[in-house]
Amino acid sequence: MTSIPALKVEDLRKTFGDRAPLLGRARAGVQAVRGVSFAVAPGETLAIVGESGSGKSTLARMLVGLLPPTAGRIEIEGRALDTADPARFGRLIQYVFQDPAGSLNPRRSVRRILETPLKLLHRMPRAAREKRLAELLAAVSLPADALDRYPHEFSGGQAQRIGIARALAADPRILVLDEPVSALDVSVQAQVLNLLADLQRRMGLTYLFITHDLAVAEAVSDRVMVLYFGAVAELGPAREVFASPAHPYTKLLADSAPVVGRALRAPEAAEAELPDPRHPPAGCAFAGRCPRADALCRAQEPPLEEIGDDRLAACHHPLRE
Amino acid sequence: MTAFLQRLARNRLAAAGGAMLALIVLVALAVPLLPLQDPNATATAERFARPLSEGHLLGTDHLGRDLLSRLAHGTRLSLAMGFAAALIAAVLGSVLGIVAGFLGGRVDNVIMRGVDMLMGFPYVLLALAIVAALGPGLVNALIAVAAVNVPFFARNIRGVTVALAGREFVDAARLSGMGNLRIMAVEILPNVLPVIVIALTTTTGWMILETAGLSFLGLGSQPPQADLGSMLGEARAALISHPHVAVVPGVMIFLVVMSINLFGDGVRDALDPRLGAGALTRPLPATVVDRPAPPPLREPDPPALLAIDDLRTEFRLGRRVLPAVDGVSLSLGRGEAVGLVGESGSGKSVTALSVMRLVASPPGVIAGGAVRLDGEEVIGAPFEVLRALRGRRVAYVFQDPQATLHPLYRIGDQLAEAIRAHQPMGARAARVRALELLRDVRMPRPEDRIDDYPHQLSGGQRQRVGIAMALANNPDVIIADEPTTALDVTVQAQILALLERLRRERGLSILFITHDFGVVAQLCERLAVMYAGRIVEEGPTAEVLAAPAHPYTRRLIACVPEPGAGRRRLEAIPGLPPRLDALPPGCAFAPRCHRARPDCGAGDIPLRRAGARAVRCLHPETTP
Repeated sequence: MTSIPALKVEDLRKTFGDRAPLLGRARAGVQAVRGVSFAVAPGETLAIVGESGSGKSTLARMLVGLLPPTAGRIEIEGRALDTADPARFGRLIQYVFQDPAGSLNPRRSVRRILETPLKLLHRMPRAAREKRLAELLAAVSLPADALDRYPHEFSGGQAQRIGIARALAADPRILVLDEPVSALDVSVQAQVLNLLADLQRRMGLTYLFITHDLAVAEAVSDRVMVLYFGAVAELGPAREVFASPAHPYTKLLADSAPVVGRALRAPEAAEAELPDPRHPPAGCAFAGRCPRADALCRAQEPPLEEIGDDRLAACHHPLRE
Repeated sequence: MTAFLQRLARNRLAAAGGAMLALIVLVALAVPLLPLQDPNATATAERFARPLSEGHLLGTDHLGRDLLSRLAHGTRLSLAMGFAAALIAAVLGSVLGIVAGFLGGRVDNVIMRGVDMLMGFPYVLLALAIVAALGPGLVNALIAVAAVNVPFFARNIRGVTVALAGREFVDAARLSGMGNLRIMAVEILPNVLPVIVIALTTTTGWMILETAGLSFLGLGSQPPQADLGSMLGEARAALISHPHVAVVPGVMIFLVVMSINLFGDGVRDALDPRLGAGALTRPLPATVVDRPAPPPLREPDPPALLAIDDLRTEFRLGRRVLPAVDGVSLSLGRGEAVGLVGESGSGKSVTALSVMRLVASPPGVIAGGAVRLDGEEVIGAPFEVLRALRGRRVAYVFQDPQATLHPLYRIGDQLAEAIRAHQPMGARAARVRALELLRDVRMPRPEDRIDDYPHQLSGGQRQRVGIAMALANNPDVIIADEPTTALDVTVQAQILALLERLRRERGLSILFITHDFGVVAQLCERLAVMYAGRIVEEGPTAEVLAAPAHPYTRRLIACVPEPGAGRRRLEAIPGLPPRLDALPPGCAFAPRCHRARPDCGAGDIPLRRAGARAVRCLHPETTP
């Protein structure tokens, strides 16, 4: 990458519950994110794929300033953000929530929801606000009369459009999309994904697209980052990562997705469990589930290394075709 | 708001209380305008005049003061004191509750421990102590009563706020640039307001009593000023000889407090959102059946184990009738797996629940059709027969095992209960069988897990327990309603493989309800696609997926991104699914369909069969 990355993250970490309570001693904290580094180019879409417990939501909340990181550095367009202040982050990076109904206050009208970032983040005068509100609604293809209605009057797909409009109202450079379509019906999912693609093209936005669905990740992203247990397992161009995974965990994910025309089989035994997040194992976190694991894997944590053209994997024994 | 007023008016007791309260408040407000005597004018010559005596409608007290006038002024003062105390307590308590609940951590700890200390004293003692410290008098009694009631509000409001503070709309507000103060005022307060109003209306009566109590003890209003409590206190000495002096304020206290309480309960019931959803009307043990005679038994071609025939299930909400399932016919052979595919609101889950009459009633009603198990009609069977079938021959696996397992019982006990519901068996034998079931569903280390509580298991393990419970009585049919939707993909693959193995090894029939074509393709030989309460296409899975005949099926399959195709634009279906109470005539999909022609909206379109396939479309994509 020659230009300045839109977003650069260095060794970001988050540990929960390691602070000492008022009375008593600190316990070992839950290590939700264990040192994640990556960079996203302007206008790029990076998909972040992981299952529950992978730390993808914690990572996303740190990126928008809703959670202060325990350690690490976040840079947006070359400038470091060192305080966890959503108001400062808000003009640069915004968030679209998974559950459209839960992320809209049931007692505020759409107008008031969309107006807030205009007023507070941009100090926009009334006349300019009216103009901008109309633009926002048009951008997400909602009728103009939606402004004076309340969130419960909208279907899931429409509510998610309101959520997207609210994020766009802050006029950010980057959008973090946290499973933006997984609460929606299949036929509506595609509408929202296409809308997001149009907006990106028109406004030159950079996307971080969090999802558990590999097929969706591949359809919307340029590159994909697979998270396992709070750390990056693999990072690379979406199509290549899924077509020929290098990390055994990526392969397990790809093999598990139900696909039309593929016979059903359980790719691994039922005993497979995530490691204890309070006391992570010494070596590779995936070693306990990995068919290729050996003594080295159990003793030493593999670093994230270049394994090919623009491809990175954290594995001592990466798969090669 | 109008719905709230309607609900309130329907509650007769509350309406009566409200009317009484309104009358009392009106009179109290109008006191300065009424032609009343001076309440403090003494006339010792006329002391203890009986009610209805000349010039004194309610008689006089021990100083000859007019009781009617004192009652009117006293009620006015007592009401004002009670309302003021309630308002002060509500404002202070709500502010403390919102701040503690929203900020959490140390702030929460300090505020709530203070509130706890306030609650640690008996409230009369506390009020007495406050008045003793500040000296007797109206204002000090008011402060005491308000202070004593602050904890009640603080604790209530804090509880509601804690739940709200974790909601995503609060995060969204932060990202919109709001600070804590603004979020509390603009985002949290409107959402806790109903709770504050409920707490206020249910405690005002109580606070009027408490202020009257302090005045009765001589710590509130000072002579000669009258309030209801001090009137009662002064009448105490003459209680035996001249009871009417005590009875008059006593009856008024009773009327005031009673009317406030009745009205307050009514307001609470009308505001409580759970009542709107019908939570207090307990659902019946089986869905109500209100149908014309069941359709005659048609011998299906391959004899079916489970045959759903022209099933109609409606939700009757007041005058509105929503046809959730509108004439669905589907059969399931022995050892067969059939997928029922549709989006939310398509009626797939209601169809599944109707089989064993598990749709919540009210509002659900089975309005037509039949379900036959081995040729025996189930819908019209007596409840005892139905109960013997539930779990014994037809078992369900639901989407969220967290919600279907009881959180307070060990999973082994819950399994044993499911077994013993249908088989006479000792506790020990049931436990052995429960262990066997956990092994059947490949639970890791079942001996250790059997005594765990549901929250100690992972999502995948909980779903294994859910399946073990369904298998407990060796059913013939398992109806699985989105059993893997809440699970991670790697766990989903394990659960699907488990269901497939059980089907092969035990000859189980599975009705699999899902929105995911990938899952159906892997597990089911046949599938049926539902849209707006009807089956629009049916046939062997491979054939339907390869060449869908209904435009909806084709477009729905195209919506789902498939791996391996790289970055691209997805094929979306324009528009939204129709509302069930406003279905278009003819084909419900026509308004969204690219192949629709005028005749699609003309009239009812039958499901046309051709061999193993069926489609409900006048202009299908392919002729099956």
